[in-house]
Amino acid sequence: MAAIPHIRNFSIIAHIDHGKSTLADRLIEACHGLEAREMTAQVLDSMDIEKERGITIKAQTVRLNYTARDGQQYILNLMDTPGHVDFSYEVSRSLAACEGSILLVDASQGVEAQTLANAYLAIEAGHEIVPVLNKIDLPASDPDKAKAQIEEVIGLDASNAVLISAKTGENIPEVLEALVARLPAPQGDATASLAALLVDSWYDPYLGVVVLVRIKDGIAKKGLKIRMMAAGSSHVIETVGVFTPKLKNTDQLGPGEIGFFTAGIKEVAETHVGDTITDDRRPVAVPLPGFKPSIPVVFCGLFPIDAADFPRLRESLARLRLNDSSFHFEAETSAALGFGFRCGFLGLLHLEIIQERLSREFDLELIATAPSVVYRLFMTNGEMKELHNPADMPEENYIEHMEEPWIRATIMVPDQYLGSVLKLCEDRRGEQTNLSHTGARAVVEYALPLNEVVFDFYDRLKSISSGYASFDYELTGYKENDLVKMNILINAEPVDALSTIVYRKTAESRGRALCERLKELIPRQMFIIAIQAAIGGRIVARETISAMRKDVLAKCYGGDVSRKRKLLDKQKKGKKKMRQFGKVDIPQEAFIAALKMGDS
Amino acid sequence: MQTHSANSSQVVSPTASAARELAIYVHWPFCLAKCPYCDFNSHVRERIEQDRWRAAYAREIKRGAEGVPGGVVTSIFFGGGTPSLMEGATVATVLDGIAASFTIAPDIEITLEANPTSVEAARFRDYRAAGVNRLSLGMQALDDAALKFLGREHSADQARAALATGRAVFPRVSFDLIYARPGQDVAAWRRELAEALAFGTEHLSLYQLTIEEGTRFHERASQGALTVPDDDLQADLYEVTGELCNAAGLQAYEVSNYARAGSECRHNLTYWRSGEWIGLGPGAHGRLQDGHARIATRAIRSPEQWLAAVEGFGSGAEPDERVDPEAALRERALMGLRLSEGIAAAEFVRTTGRTIDEAFGNALPALVEDGFLVWDGSAVRATPRGRLVLNRVLAALLD
Repeated sequence: MAAIPHIRNFSIIAHIDHGKSTLADRLIEACHGLEAREMTAQVLDSMDIEKERGITIKAQTVRLNYTARDGQQYILNLMDTPGHVDFSYEVSRSLAACEGSILLVDASQGVEAQTLANAYLAIEAGHEIVPVLNKIDLPASDPDKAKAQIEEVIGLDASNAVLISAKTGENIPEVLEALVARLPAPQGDATASLAALLVDSWYDPYLGVVVLVRIKDGIAKKGLKIRMMAAGSSHVIETVGVFTPKLKNTDQLGPGEIGFFTAGIKEVAETHVGDTITDDRRPVAVPLPGFKPSIPVVFCGLFPIDAADFPRLRESLARLRLNDSSFHFEAETSAALGFGFRCGFLGLLHLEIIQERLSREFDLELIATAPSVVYRLFMTNGEMKELHNPADMPEENYIEHMEEPWIRATIMVPDQYLGSVLKLCEDRRGEQTNLSHTGARAVVEYALPLNEVVFDFYDRLKSISSGYASFDYELTGYKENDLVKMNILINAEPVDALSTIVYRKTAESRGRALCERLKELIPRQMFIIAIQAAIGGRIVARETISAMRKDVLAKCYGGDVSRKRKLLDKQKKGKKKMRQFGKVDIPQEAFIAALKMGDS
Repeated sequence: MQTHSANSSQVVSPTASAARELAIYVHWPFCLAKCPYCDFNSHVRERIEQDRWRAAYAREIKRGAEGVPGGVVTSIFFGGGTPSLMEGATVATVLDGIAASFTIAPDIEITLEANPTSVEAARFRDYRAAGVNRLSLGMQALDDAALKFLGREHSADQARAALATGRAVFPRVSFDLIYARPGQDVAAWRRELAEALAFGTEHLSLYQLTIEEGTRFHERASQGALTVPDDDLQADLYEVTGELCNAAGLQAYEVSNYARAGSECRHNLTYWRSGEWIGLGPGAHGRLQDGHARIATRAIRSPEQWLAAVEGFGSGAEPDERVDPEAALRERALMGLRLSEGIAAAEFVRTTGRTIDEAFGNALPALVEDGFLVWDGSAVRATPRGRLVLNRVLAALLD
């Protein structure tokens, strides 16, 4: 193994909105990766949703040619990582492909929960870290305070942090110099067997599946038959290349390099992030460490509002999956909602993104049922079953006990909101594991059931802290709890899509809150509507929506006929956004909104 | 124009005679002021050249008659706008024109809408002389504060005086009131309606205040400056209305119209029964039958453009439209279910070529079972409860 002295591989760790994409743009500009006319704001976020939400969903990479002040030519590989907790495994693989990181902190905001979580991942990955303080052009920026936080909270030396403004371009060359000077060069052996880390993959309509890799040892080039060790499949490389950020074919990829290959792979599902790619004829004995199959943790049902859209929904889900193998779907039938799909996601943001893409790119109107975590049912016959859908829960007497997934949540919050945050966590069955202060801010760690977090925890946290609290979590494992299924009955008919699994001790208050919320969400109709929450055969809460008593046009004469008829047509269209249960129309948003309950 | 036996006019079923019965609506598009609740095609103009308008109506009548050969006119209705701003000679020219171009039913009903100001009441005798035999008086309220709120130009006393004049002049008189006004409670409406019923007219139109888009009230309501009673109070007010009218011998034969048996407004029944009518004047709509198809006619909406088109091209019409059969069905339901008599099955088959069950079979049984509609084989009609939520019933029926 030898150092490859002219390469530096790095990623940027930052909290959302701290300027990661803008910094990436500046670095590309400074190295002339793109002509000025080709620069669009935030080059690396290629999906509309990424640009709008300011988040990165897919890993992207760009190879920059930099002539340093020492006169030497360097290749700088920037790995742009997904910034959200839902994709933390993907983040860890991106980090494993690099030797160092820029820790980017908004000098007007300071360290946030996501910064912290990702910084720990980088430290775990053995990275050399270059602290960079951004937005120093803002009057509110306080670099000294931000430095102190980095040292106190993360425990990194911030004395040599680079102070920049990605917006104005100030001190961007200093960042490039720091990368060359401070990050270690990658190591590898070009003569050894091929060992490459699969960082990400995506479907390209012209090229098929494009696989993003970091070469550890050996050479990848056209014609080489490779083997994916975890997937157990073999392919012949057709093209190799790099992104500058434009796709550019090269002859080969060697140790320390980050680039892509194509090999006639049809589906992204055949590639697994974290897999090791090796020479099929001369495989390495041991795969690279850290591979984990991606497992969905949050499930929900997606149903077309118009039942005729079911085939189109299936097709659209399949198309999305071409590019995102981390989400799962299978056909589901609901007595209330008809045909649809049970879909699994890496987290709530992932769920929202998929839902948004379905409506935006495929023009599908959907009902999403309440998100649910995966429960483990230990049956009286000794079997263990995973429960993805509350509607499928067996009778209680067949269940010996149940377990639910727990997380470790890290919350950073200004002291003045700490009380409300602690109360929120306690209300959600949280167990405090750590509480420390840095300056006027608290860092709180809680063990929480994931179930209590999936619905609206983040919204609540934002609202009780006026938006100042930041939040991150990781799954820690399963714990036994006293859980029951709660059914919602509308006019005595159970609506399976509104069933949830709840903690027995809070079931009644939860049932009451849910009935109250549904009462607000369901418009008055021609009938009295009874909304009930039931556990087993026992009704624990009830609300009544009184019947609409008067809804008729006062005047309708000869001149009004066409106009009033068109009014009726319009009213009919509005009704399409509702689903009928027996005679009751329930608006689509009721299925998720019902569960977003304010904490009393 | 001479009218006969206007006093004894009976409601005749359109199926009773084989002749093609027609109603004629005459729209006079001018008002002295625009009321804040009104979204009708009405305009305020400094000066109106009534002789030009007379001539234009006369030309349109001739053209209209060509489209319906053999039609027998059973009713004429002057609406607006404010038709009581028409000179007596203008009304006479229109009626004479109709008599010259159409066959007139012996018991024809000729209604004119009037505002109860003293100026307008002074013209009542001219209208009667021209042939008008029914007056519809826009009293709107019997309370000065309410009249001011509604933007009316008359006082409650003027309204009472105009009603007395009208009853002395015309064989049949009806008047309108607007209720469910902001702040009006059941007790206040009981008092006002009791006084209205004590006048003893054989017909009343009682409308709940509706905030229509494009009106000043709508603007105020969307700013939160005006709040109408909620649907519970509206329902209570409506029920009290039915109860008091019933006690006074007036039946709710339509959602907002109450009459002694035989004193229903025959002209308006033609609309609700989806009969045939011709619309004359700016923005007037018509409906004609062509086999099982329904033809919608419409005149140019702007008064000046309509006048110019009639004078310049001999027609103020917009292109006719063949109403889509499904849309025609919806029109029939939305009009017919407003009537207590409902939609007559035989008439429905004759004009649509479909049976009630074929047209509404999907949703009808459930609505019947739930007590919103009655379907007895001869007619489908809304129950009192169903009529009060007719918009919902229609949405369910026509789903």
